[in-house]
Amino acid sequence: MTISRRLKAFLVACTSVVLLVVYLPLALVVLNSFNVSKSFAWPPSGLTLRWWHAAAHSSGARHALVVSIEVGLLATAISLVLGTMAAMALQRTRFFGRNAISLLIILPIALPGIVTGLALNNAFTSIFGLELGFFTIVVAHATFCIVTVFNNVQARLRRMSASLEEASADLGARPFMTFRLVTFPLLRSALLAGGLLSFALSFDEIIVTTFTAGGHEQTLPIWIFQNLFRPNQTPVVNVVAAALIVLSAVPIWLAQRLGGDAEAMGTAAP
Amino acid sequence: MNHNWKLVAATAAVLLTAVACGSSSGGDKTAGGSGFKAPDVPMAKKLGTKEGSVSILAWPGYAEDGTNDPKTDWVTPFEQATGCQATVKYFDTSDAAVTLIKTGDYDVVSASGDATLRLIAGGDVAPVNTDLLTHYADIRSFLKDKPYNSVDGQMYGMPQGWGANLLTYNPDVVKPAPTSWSSVFDANSPYKGKITPYDSPIYIADAALYLMNTNPDLGIKNPYALDKHQLDMAVNVLKTQRGEVSEYWSDYLKQQQAFESGDSVIGTSWQFIVNLIDADKKPIKAILPDEGSTGWSDTWMISSKSKHPNCAYAWLDYIGGPDGNAASAYYFGEAPANTKACDVIATTDNDASFCDTFHAGDEAYAKKLWYWTTPVSACLDGRTNVKCTTYADWTQAWTAIKG
Amino acid sequence: MSTRSGPSPARTGLLLLPPLLWLGVAYLGALGALFLAAFWTTNEFTGDLVKVFTLDNFRSLLDQPVYRTITARTLGVAVLVTLVDAALALPVAFFMAKVARPGLQRLLVIAVLMPLWASYLVKAYAWRGMLSKSGPLEWLGISPGYGLTGLVITLAYLWLPYMILPVYAGLQKLPGSLLEASADLGAPALTTFRRVVLPSVFPALVAGSIFTFSLTMGDYIAVKIVGGPTQMLGNVVADNYGVANNLPFAAAYSVVPVLVMLGYLGVVRRTGALENL
Repeated sequence: MTISRRLKAFLVACTSVVLLVVYLPLALVVLNSFNVSKSFAWPPSGLTLRWWHAAAHSSGARHALVVSIEVGLLATAISLVLGTMAAMALQRTRFFGRNAISLLIILPIALPGIVTGLALNNAFTSIFGLELGFFTIVVAHATFCIVTVFNNVQARLRRMSASLEEASADLGARPFMTFRLVTFPLLRSALLAGGLLSFALSFDEIIVTTFTAGGHEQTLPIWIFQNLFRPNQTPVVNVVAAALIVLSAVPIWLAQRLGGDAEAMGTAAP
Repeated sequence: MNHNWKLVAATAAVLLTAVACGSSSGGDKTAGGSGFKAPDVPMAKKLGTKEGSVSILAWPGYAEDGTNDPKTDWVTPFEQATGCQATVKYFDTSDAAVTLIKTGDYDVVSASGDATLRLIAGGDVAPVNTDLLTHYADIRSFLKDKPYNSVDGQMYGMPQGWGANLLTYNPDVVKPAPTSWSSVFDANSPYKGKITPYDSPIYIADAALYLMNTNPDLGIKNPYALDKHQLDMAVNVLKTQRGEVSEYWSDYLKQQQAFESGDSVIGTSWQFIVNLIDADKKPIKAILPDEGSTGWSDTWMISSKSKHPNCAYAWLDYIGGPDGNAASAYYFGEAPANTKACDVIATTDNDASFCDTFHAGDEAYAKKLWYWTTPVSACLDGRTNVKCTTYADWTQAWTAIKG
Repeated sequence: MSTRSGPSPARTGLLLLPPLLWLGVAYLGALGALFLAAFWTTNEFTGDLVKVFTLDNFRSLLDQPVYRTITARTLGVAVLVTLVDAALALPVAFFMAKVARPGLQRLLVIAVLMPLWASYLVKAYAWRGMLSKSGPLEWLGISPGYGLTGLVITLAYLWLPYMILPVYAGLQKLPGSLLEASADLGAPALTTFRRVVLPSVFPALVAGSIFTFSLTMGDYIAVKIVGGPTQMLGNVVADNYGVANNLPFAAAYSVVPVLVMLGYLGVVRRTGALENL
């Protein structure tokens, strides 16, 4: 690539400044998890491990973390199935309403979360008469997660040659066998990227969750929200956040190990 | 004793009417002269077997179960004593509490006066048979049978505690020290951009209280009973204030941070927030101005849709009893409703001055407060020649004020 | 099975049925029910639903100037946030996709993805600390305090990864030879950027903007944390539902962002942005 030295310097500077700005507040969060002041007074008047100790003993936070992981895994599983089905159905077909279906899949994430949340809340409680809880959170999250899988799989299918599948069929493989032995292995990194993003989206979602969680179930963001305005709890919340930042390296590292190609992560735009 | 008799008589009368009229609207109860009607919701006559669980809807800090800090826990002792497993959900504003209790998912709620009447009118809470609460007799008398927790002498809950909305300021910045609420409504305040009002439509009452003192010609007698013109005037005061506001606060952390960082230097606050700021060794002072203030008085109520009424009664009796009331009022930072709670705080928490700081037994102080009450169209000050503005009007006005 | 003529309609139908049932029936049904509720009212005092058809909610939306102001403010903030994110994402994504060596590239992707895992609320509160009068920004003498400016900064910060990732993916598809050809033909960097890079990355930018736009329009929590006294559309909807218990009015006001987003999606459909999401 022939890029002038000045342009390159400019790009390096831009990227460094942006990353600095992105990480500065996160550093503040980590620093504040050791801040003696309960309300993160700046500059910190002293450092302490007290909050980390308190957080380790917070069964509320632990329980919420488990709920969040369960919700994220279930919602991701559902969107992997539904998103892949939709992408394969629309693959190499042109029929009336195809665009409408693409739009429909995008809609839950393109509409503001507050609209999706309000609509689902209203439907769950007044139409289906469901009690809000774990099940309704999973349904709501899966609804807006489908698009991440759909887009990743669709992009991969578009680049994939149809001839492989056709060859498999010509050799007498039934459609499901073709999917299992040919299509799926080719889709694997796209599914991984889509699934990872879907999990990330679900894991940090708060607005739709607020409207669909009800009074008895808490995901981690809801727990954080509730505890941010409780006396004496904020420092513990900060510890949980700091821990999350550090732990987020795990799924990303996992994806790099399993997926192996950085490009898969790139197309994983939500 | 006399008091209890009156209550029993009133209860009996209500029950008789209810029996006589079945569940028709004829059984509705009316608050004295105000034209306020409470729907006919049956009251428990005796307690039965506890159901084994209870779902609690509470202000943050009223029902701590140790999930966040094992040392802060007065729900577990309740569970052990009664066998009722408790789940706790917190809400951040009275309005959120009203919305949540309507879902029917909760058995009990800690309701402030700006929620109670709405809950009663909506048939969302049941009258409470105080004879079934062993600790009700120890509740301070000036918290019983109030317009915000009873209708026609029928109590609708167990008082929890009360506190004032205090004029709070940073003494390092605000000089001379303010003495009246006019310092937060001043159009040319030297603290422009650093005033912090409470974020709820009920804050309109604070402006009405200010007008009550500065503009007597308006004829405001009760800051929760405003006719159309009086509301418009209060809204004008708040629209002027809007230009001076740093931020409206509703969660305590925001408020505490803003005062500590200097983003806000004067505004409305609560005693326990002041204590937290004080504990961080930041400059803070709070006063109750001579003209009085608004305040809150919270009552534990039982949902009319409660699936666990016996455990609900058990919770009310526990949280209004000396130990539960002491623990919750001490942690939350408010004047406890139970007269015996002060002794418990003095011994178990080793804080003898707590009840003095919060003026727990100070009836004169309590009388200076206008407790949050839901504005209704039947004027709360007894006027019958005009219709007063309702909470819905206040809500719309509040959106317009914030702009 | 006739393989050469593409998938059979039966296969397409069978595959489509479950996602369509989920999204078409359940999700669209829920949206429909919400908009039906926009034509109801509530009992003023108890807050119970009154299911009688009325246009009152839409009338107050149009009549009361405060709602127009809030809508305009919300759209303005959404546009600003989108522009800021686009301006920041372009050089970063370009550096990632076209300049950085593979090892660094991988590291940068991780660096951009990581903040997505840190809690939204905590990041918003961190910015509350940053923007405070006595916070780190004030040390540098550049703190705007709480209000519209602080809100735009915070939202742009929160949604930045949602812009960088699609733009990065879009730039990866751009052949390096095109850039070289442009340079070989003597075009200055700026011209190459304007004539070659921008047009090919435009669909990706639009894809990113769908996120920044819709996320901004629906936000009400960050607004409370760093917006000072500012009200946005999301706050009014959330307050009407959760505070005033007025679902019909909240539903009526929700129509506004839905129309805006549908209009936007309709306009950008032709750019191919929807496939870049």
